[in-house]
Amino acid sequence: MKLLFEKSYVCRRCSVLPACDVDTAALPEALCRQEPPHLPELSETDISRHYTELEKRTYGVNDGFYPLGSCTMKYNPKINEEMASLPGFTEIHPLQPPHTAQGCLETLQLARTYLCEITGMDDMTFQPAAGAHGELTGLMLIKRYHEARNDFSRTKIVVPDSAHGTNPASAAMVGMTVANVPSGEDGCVDLEKLRQAVGEDTAGLMLTNPNTVGLFEKDILEITSIVHEAGGLVYYDGANLNAIMGITRPGDMGFDCVHLNLHKTFATPHGGGGPGSGPVGCKDFLSPYLPGKQVCGTGGLYSLEMPRESVGMVKAFYGNFLVNVKALTYILTLGKEGIREVSENAVLSANYLMKLLSECYKPAYPGPCMHEFVLTLKDLKKERGISAMDVAKSLIDHGVHPPTMYFPLIVPEALMIEPTETEGKEILDQVADTFKLIYQTALKNPELLHQAPTTTLIGRVDEVGAARNPKLRYVVQKP
Amino acid sequence: MAKVLEGLLYTKTHEWIKMLDEETVEIGLTDYAQSELGDLVFVNLPQVGDEAVTGEPIADVESVKAVSDIYSPVSGRVSEVNEDLLDAPEIINEDAYAAWMFRVENVTEKGDWMDAAAYEQYLAEEA
Amino acid sequence: MGSYVPSTKAQQQEMLAAIGCAGFEDLFKQIPEQVRLRDEVNLPSGKSELEVRRVLEEIAAKNVVFKTIFRGAGAYRHYIPAIVKSVAAKEALVTAYTPYQAEVSQGILQSIFEYQTMICELTGMDVSNASIYDGASAAAEAVAMCRDRKRAKAYVSAAAPPQVVETIRTYCWAAGTEIEFVPEQNGLTDLAALKDLLDDSTACVYIQQPNYYGLIEDCEMAAELAHQAGAKLIVGVNPIAMGLLKSPGECGADIAVGEGQPLGMPLSFGGPYLGFMAATQAMMRKLPGRIVGETTDHNGNRAFVLTLQAREQHIRREKASSNVCSNQALCALTAAAYLSALGPDGLYEVAQQCLSKAAYFAGVLETAGLHQRHQGQHFHEFVTDCPVEADQLLKALEDNGILGGLPVGDNGILWCATEMNTKDEMDRVAAIAGEVCS
Repeated sequence: MKLLFEKSYVCRRCSVLPACDVDTAALPEALCRQEPPHLPELSETDISRHYTELEKRTYGVNDGFYPLGSCTMKYNPKINEEMASLPGFTEIHPLQPPHTAQGCLETLQLARTYLCEITGMDDMTFQPAAGAHGELTGLMLIKRYHEARNDFSRTKIVVPDSAHGTNPASAAMVGMTVANVPSGEDGCVDLEKLRQAVGEDTAGLMLTNPNTVGLFEKDILEITSIVHEAGGLVYYDGANLNAIMGITRPGDMGFDCVHLNLHKTFATPHGGGGPGSGPVGCKDFLSPYLPGKQVCGTGGLYSLEMPRESVGMVKAFYGNFLVNVKALTYILTLGKEGIREVSENAVLSANYLMKLLSECYKPAYPGPCMHEFVLTLKDLKKERGISAMDVAKSLIDHGVHPPTMYFPLIVPEALMIEPTETEGKEILDQVADTFKLIYQTALKNPELLHQAPTTTLIGRVDEVGAARNPKLRYVVQKP
Repeated sequence: MAKVLEGLLYTKTHEWIKMLDEETVEIGLTDYAQSELGDLVFVNLPQVGDEAVTGEPIADVESVKAVSDIYSPVSGRVSEVNEDLLDAPEIINEDAYAAWMFRVENVTEKGDWMDAAAYEQYLAEEA
Repeated sequence: MGSYVPSTKAQQQEMLAAIGCAGFEDLFKQIPEQVRLRDEVNLPSGKSELEVRRVLEEIAAKNVVFKTIFRGAGAYRHYIPAIVKSVAAKEALVTAYTPYQAEVSQGILQSIFEYQTMICELTGMDVSNASIYDGASAAAEAVAMCRDRKRAKAYVSAAAPPQVVETIRTYCWAAGTEIEFVPEQNGLTDLAALKDLLDDSTACVYIQQPNYYGLIEDCEMAAELAHQAGAKLIVGVNPIAMGLLKSPGECGADIAVGEGQPLGMPLSFGGPYLGFMAATQAMMRKLPGRIVGETTDHNGNRAFVLTLQAREQHIRREKASSNVCSNQALCALTAAAYLSALGPDGLYEVAQQCLSKAAYFAGVLETAGLHQRHQGQHFHEFVTDCPVEADQLLKALEDNGILGGLPVGDNGILWCATEMNTKDEMDRVAAIAGEVCS
């Protein structure tokens, strides 16, 4: 398929603007660019068809089952999109006088109230634009907390070895080092190793619960207690919140601050990699440090104020506001009953699917899971030479998006599967049959799986070539 | 079977060492290392003048999906780096023993090294 | 209650039975009693779609939608062609995940590759990443790119927008990077002062183009000074201005960043916006976030893939230079569609109209008694003094459905004019100003 640039014809244009109704001003030559940007020259037809073609080459949640573990690819309700498109939201300038933006401030206030309620937190900032951004913000709060108490020796963040890569990377961005805590045989945090890892240099612990292998850390109160006793704070990575809403809350488990992924748990669309929203909630002792301006006041006259000891700003303005509108719409739709129903069915779907798949595949950890589970294909690899990659790519030929592969790092040949609550039972049954079919093929005809996918326009790509000789842009051919 | 060259010394972390003289060494990755790492796409070399410390990471190599640290087997000063590797990291995959990565002079501390026979033995037990 | 759970109660019972559970309670057995919620979450009851629509529409109606806007200061109202909105609403593109599985994500990957190319063209740089959260965080990440063992000090122009400066300052505090401000002189960065400040501990200099006051900076001189001291130059640019102004590449910058919101994204009360980051070939491996590269599949077909992943957090973990995981993919796609709809002539036209209208506006405001505060050449923003209390004038405009410029220090007003403002609107503001100020 051609690039936009390759469809360009000299002098093709769209007709967008009227003629200028004032005299043309001129810039001194010295300030002007010598080489105009080489953008494609296209008609509206060209553009429309181009993106329609691109859409056909993309698999979205709207195309089918998308069981990416840790990503919560649930259905994106259309009413959320419509509400976020209201001109009453899209046309508001972030620096309008607050009395003319009361609706926006109310949106943030409501979202804060509801999300604090769901997570057991006291306050929240919506500035962070993504989960990783939220992690950075949460760690900033922790850093500032210790500094405010004149404790400059706390420079270590404890992270389980099963953690998502953003966790240690975020710690590095706040100038801290990482102490890895190994997981036990059961996939959970090893309490003894944790006790050894914490001390007077511990700033905090970052943890997901349920953890990245889909299990609830049942010793969570002990875990948070150990860290608090050592003088550190505990940070909740909210990526797996979909498993516990209405059932338990990070605030009740001893967490001091949390980040949420609105584009996961709260059904805002992923957009091919963004925009998302990663609000950070905290207990009230961390409130004064929250970044950015916070909504103050009550209905009728909300205002915006920077908290007195704020760490500063992690982004201009107030965050990905329209994404927050979508999340608020979602929460209002579900209400207290619906929020709980989400988690109940997310956990049910995962356990049901795991049960069906265990006929052929091996779960990495025995026993019930929460909203996601991990399979290990290490035996299949050893006996038949079929890897997690092969199975994942074969799913594509059956119209199913592959699950998360090779994460978490502690499980060999891992496939992490999260069906979410928005897949009907018949889809789960169908998908299980597909997995079983692939298993049969692995036994009888493994060679076929190594070739997969074969039904897509593009087969497996040369990633080595792409990394050795990076071609990161199209070079416009000059006539 | 991974190739092991006579006349070189080896570390447990799969680096090879060539003594250029009493105080200068040349360091690279063994054939076993390159085959475990897979196709290399980039090498992060130290800079000339950098301090090398025994047992500390001094460089790294990237494959598509992973990064692996290279640990310095000596203490000293980095005197030369093999810039060819920056453009063609695949040289390491093609001939690991010809693809020297960096040289260290004023070598003081040396780590625990094995000769070719001991390294072969070590590989047999490891793999 | 609203619900998106397709399985019926009967189907749910079947599934529960299949896994040996009597009810939903059994699924949460392993959660300790002490942390279980005793009551329902304290939220209102769920609503039907019609009810939810009414609630949100009522909230939205509490905002004032100004028909006429003369305020910029980091968020700009430009015309968004209908094709752009249509493209950005395509289902698969909206609901897809990050394109880790190249075979089923060629659409997303190609759109990002096209976006990267366009950003390189706009900024005159060699490589671009797939975008980051916004212009302010892009600036902060660019500063982090420049830091190394020997050079750990960042110089930031005091004439850069306050929200950008504050974001850079926050990231620097977190990372332990020292930051100092280059003073401004008559609204422009004081390059003479910069020359004195630079030394061999300087990692980078950050300058905004056009700057916060709308003035055009001498980026070429800034680049020369920075390079003489062995430091890097980062320029934060307005993408529309790039249709006219010398690009960072032409000025010798090492990194170009900026706020991409003007490229097809509505004002949206501050987000979602788009941070673009582009750099010279030499700095390619320091760019944070995702990057798409061109390659082939095993049949030799052209294909796109996320590449240079070994820079990123999921591989380097604590040794990654940044924790950035996602980009703003749909916003990047929006920007590419916008730039396609305008084309090179269209972008030039938008930039030219912005320049011309701002010049006209400054003229009629001058006549009405609002004098320009700064001497230099401006793009589409400028600061005037105000003979009465700025708030008084702005209130009068507000009463007429007009969002005036932003009040800035010393009773000044930062005005902005874009291709969206008509001559009549500008004459109207001047007329009201004339009344209020006499």
